[in-house]
Amino acid sequence: MINFLKYRWLYFLISFIVISAGLSSIVKWGFRYSIDFTGGSNFEFQMNKVVEKSKIQKVLDLNKISVVSLKLQDKNMILRTKVLDQNKESSLKKDLEAKLKVKITVLRSETVGPILGREAINKTLVASVLAVIGILIYMSFAFKGFNFAFSAVLAMFHDLLVVVGTYSLLGHFFGAEVDTMFVTAVLTTMSFSVHDTIVIFDKIREYRDEQETLEIESASNQALTETMIRSLNNSMTIVFMLLALTTMGGSTIRFFIITLLIGTITGTYSSPFVATPILVWLEKHKQK
Amino acid sequence: MKIFKSIIITLVFLGLIWVDLPESVKTKYKIPSQINFNFYGLNVKKDFTTKLGLDLKGGSSLIFEANTAKVKKEDLNDSLNSARDVIERRINFFGVTEPQIQTIKTGDKYRLSVDLPGINNYEEAIKLIGQTAQLTFRELPDGKIATTTPIFVQLTKDTGLSGIHILKSTVEFNSQDGKPEVGLKFNKKGADLFAEITKRNIGKPVGIFLDNIPLTTPNVQTEILDGSAVITGNFTTDEAKKLTIAINSGALPLPIRLVEQKNIGATLGEVEVKKSIYAGTIGLIMVLLFMIIYYGRLGFIASLALIIYGLISLFIFKAIPLVLTLPGVAGFILSIGMAVDSNILIFERIKEEQRKGRGFDIAVRLGFGHAIDAIKDANITTLIVAFILFNPLNWEFLPQFGMVRGFALTLAIGVGTSLFTGVVITKRLIDIFYKNKITNNK
Repeated sequence: MINFLKYRWLYFLISFIVISAGLSSIVKWGFRYSIDFTGGSNFEFQMNKVVEKSKIQKVLDLNKISVVSLKLQDKNMILRTKVLDQNKESSLKKDLEAKLKVKITVLRSETVGPILGREAINKTLVASVLAVIGILIYMSFAFKGFNFAFSAVLAMFHDLLVVVGTYSLLGHFFGAEVDTMFVTAVLTTMSFSVHDTIVIFDKIREYRDEQETLEIESASNQALTETMIRSLNNSMTIVFMLLALTTMGGSTIRFFIITLLIGTITGTYSSPFVATPILVWLEKHKQK
Repeated sequence: MKIFKSIIITLVFLGLIWVDLPESVKTKYKIPSQINFNFYGLNVKKDFTTKLGLDLKGGSSLIFEANTAKVKKEDLNDSLNSARDVIERRINFFGVTEPQIQTIKTGDKYRLSVDLPGINNYEEAIKLIGQTAQLTFRELPDGKIATTTPIFVQLTKDTGLSGIHILKSTVEFNSQDGKPEVGLKFNKKGADLFAEITKRNIGKPVGIFLDNIPLTTPNVQTEILDGSAVITGNFTTDEAKKLTIAINSGALPLPIRLVEQKNIGATLGEVEVKKSIYAGTIGLIMVLLFMIIYYGRLGFIASLALIIYGLISLFIFKAIPLVLTLPGVAGFILSIGMAVDSNILIFERIKEEQRKGRGFDIAVRLGFGHAIDAIKDANITTLIVAFILFNPLNWEFLPQFGMVRGFALTLAIGVGTSLFTGVVITKRLIDIFYKNKITNNK
């Protein structure tokens, strides 16, 4: 048996550093929001030859387009603007084709009104809160005690903070945008986190059922020792999948997969090193 | 009995592989992707093809907001549904396969979401959908019929009578021969107009057009004064019903406005899918290798169970059929992770029992028994989350849109399947593969 809980301050410190790095990034740099949230238009045009950026900029200015950003990748032009309606979009495309003497293929064109994105997020938030309540209720029954459920949910919030914080960093340094895919990744992390925690808690529950006099601390240490290999192995398999997808998968899902990867790692980490110490602390204080 | 069981299992297994094979393989080995046969008079027809969402296949997703200001509250649902039907009809006219049209209510806002997979000239589609449905009555411009051209081409003169004059349209049955007919009921102004029109066109055709498409061109038999009309023709009941819906939808115009549009070019989606499938396959192979290297024989069994898991999930995806989107893929990957987890849990438990000095067969039994609790609790929590996110009762305050729902649905199917394969199938496989070992050792 390894005394995992002896190093609880170290775990606390690691979590503290990661989360505060993320939080300070949120405070300092915030997020890059996609048009899903801000409203606006995104276009990805493929041209049949390479065109200078300044020339494109000129045409955009002539058309009085309020450009948010314009990027060129080889023959592809990635344009983000304030909400552009259908007619304006077609006329812009035609004008670009005429003035730059190119043929444009539309790879992607998105226009989102500003209200919709916010509504979607609000609804997802409500759903998440309900899901958390559902988890609390189910776990309280299954583990015959609120402390198990509460610690699992706290660890879940820990993972949420880690993922959201790192995403702000990813946004600042690599241009990752908060969009609906990110929301999905956060939801995935939340379900995985609780799933992973339950396995360890199940072991603790079992030891305590076998020996009622067993201290929560030694029961937890025993459980952690027994489950550590399975936690690592399990996460390893998910990490394999995600690493393959990150390095070889398509570019549109890259940040999504990276977020899932971070979520899996923190979800695995938080079960033994966040949820369990919290549970032990809660159970000890209950006894006094 | 045992042999019988094995044969059935093998058959089911082969069936799964057959259904799951990608459509591209079909042409190579000539395996059909459709079931269509008669079984004791029961016609079984099912098309097993993978349905990809817009983000994977390319296409347009449009959201319209309805302007409900001019519509009475009690008519609201009717007019929304008619608007949906109109859009559906227009899209079908446009030739889109499998469009998805939904009405979404949020607060006091009513929206229509229209998904058009595989469409590229979205500009035209938007224009087409955005029009207000218009029903018009037309007559011959000079009262003469030319025999050479079809009648509806000659009906060019607008009579001034249109959809706004129709109160409602119903399916009726002829009192003499019982054939279905379409009845029209006009309002006061419509009745007057209609009386005039029928008076001056006795013996001549009057055309009813919906969005410039001729619906019917009946001949006027008598002057009609009571503001009601019957369109006869060789309708089936179904056709008559469709016609009334079309006319009612023309009669209830509901202005709609485009608030969101997303168009993904087909090429972009295709490249993404190819890359992701390739990467996913490599990832899966790594997982299988890892399991086999670490757990040896048990790992091999888990790999088999995992492959069966994949086959069953794919089968369910194809059979529902579920539209696979990127978030859906994420849900699936997560569920693969959870399926592997069930196996690892069981194996670690078995190993644990063995360390306590128990024989293999007892260790397997105890290991399974102990692992079940954890597997059950962990998976039920995940199912609760998936259930709430999927929002099966379509509550207004929960997500009603594709992204999150697609994720929740694949996650739920994945977790449900993994409960079955991770526990039942793995047990079966261990029984089969370890049978000799158990009897030899003990």
